[in-house]
Amino acid sequence: MDAVDRAIINHLQGGFSVAERPFAEAAMTLGLSEDDLISRIGNLLEQGTLTRFGPMYHAERMGGALTLAAMKIPPAEFDHVAEIVNSFPEVAHNYARDHAFSMWFVLATETPEEIGRVIARIEHKTGHVVHNMPKMEEFFVGLRFEA
Amino acid sequence: MHAAQIKTLDAESDTMPIDITDRRIIAATQAGLPLVARPYHALAEQLGIEPQEVMQRMNRMCESGVIRRIGVVPNHYALGYKGNGMSVWNVPDERVSELGKKIGDLDFVSHCYHRPRHLPDWPYNVFAMVHGRDRAEVEQKVRQIADLLGDANQGHAVLYSTKILKKTGLRISA
Repeated sequence: MDAVDRAIINHLQGGFSVAERPFAEAAMTLGLSEDDLISRIGNLLEQGTLTRFGPMYHAERMGGALTLAAMKIPPAEFDHVAEIVNSFPEVAHNYARDHAFSMWFVLATETPEEIGRVIARIEHKTGHVVHNMPKMEEFFVGLRFEA
Repeated sequence: MHAAQIKTLDAESDTMPIDITDRRIIAATQAGLPLVARPYHALAEQLGIEPQEVMQRMNRMCESGVIRRIGVVPNHYALGYKGNGMSVWNVPDERVSELGKKIGDLDFVSHCYHRPRHLPDWPYNVFAMVHGRDRAEVEQKVRQIADLLGDANQGHAVLYSTKILKKTGLRISA
């Protein structure tokens, strides 16, 4: 990763246009050629420096629903419960964290009503309480990592 | 740029109807845009829609907030951000909006939300993801948040992820 790659990462985390030649527009502000920008983004994706390139969608605005949920799972049961939780296609991310509330996952469903139903099914199958922690207010969501 | 991106619950509840063609566009682009000079034209061809219509629909989804932004999504681990802590805070309910916005304005916080407490075990009502090169840097930034909150901080914790158990992202079917 060189200085040009860093500039791409720092300046293109948003604002890519919807236009006939959007790479040409972005390349001009970065002082690059269109081809160079396209091939550099391809390389950064291939190297794993970028996880994605494109539109970031907002699930709730599409009528879908998201929530964060947490469970207190004793270490002896952890792997077994993780297997059950992960088997639900509505579980998008699941992380182990170093706390009594040890399992944290994001549920994504097509409708808000499904969230409660999925939680009830997870509780039934695991025998553990699921603590639903939906966002009540959003103060900031954005990635602004400096390369 | 940060203040402009603050969104409130009121804005959240405005869902914008998307139709089946929008869903097809979403399904075709959720993994990314084609890396060609005319990506929206390539998409249009793939979907059998006119390029102008694809662009109009994407512009509309940007305006309505269905699309948060279009651009590169860095892998923060690859950029050297190895410390990623979920900091959680117990602040007085009547001050949660004011204080949440202040925390969200800090440049090392990538996500900040008001979430419900689960008493008695979980007294925290503000969540802020803090990123740093290592845990020491995260701890130092957490102290900055504590200083910012002062007496309003009635307790906090930092939870580090120890393992990714699943990461499939969001999947939309057309």
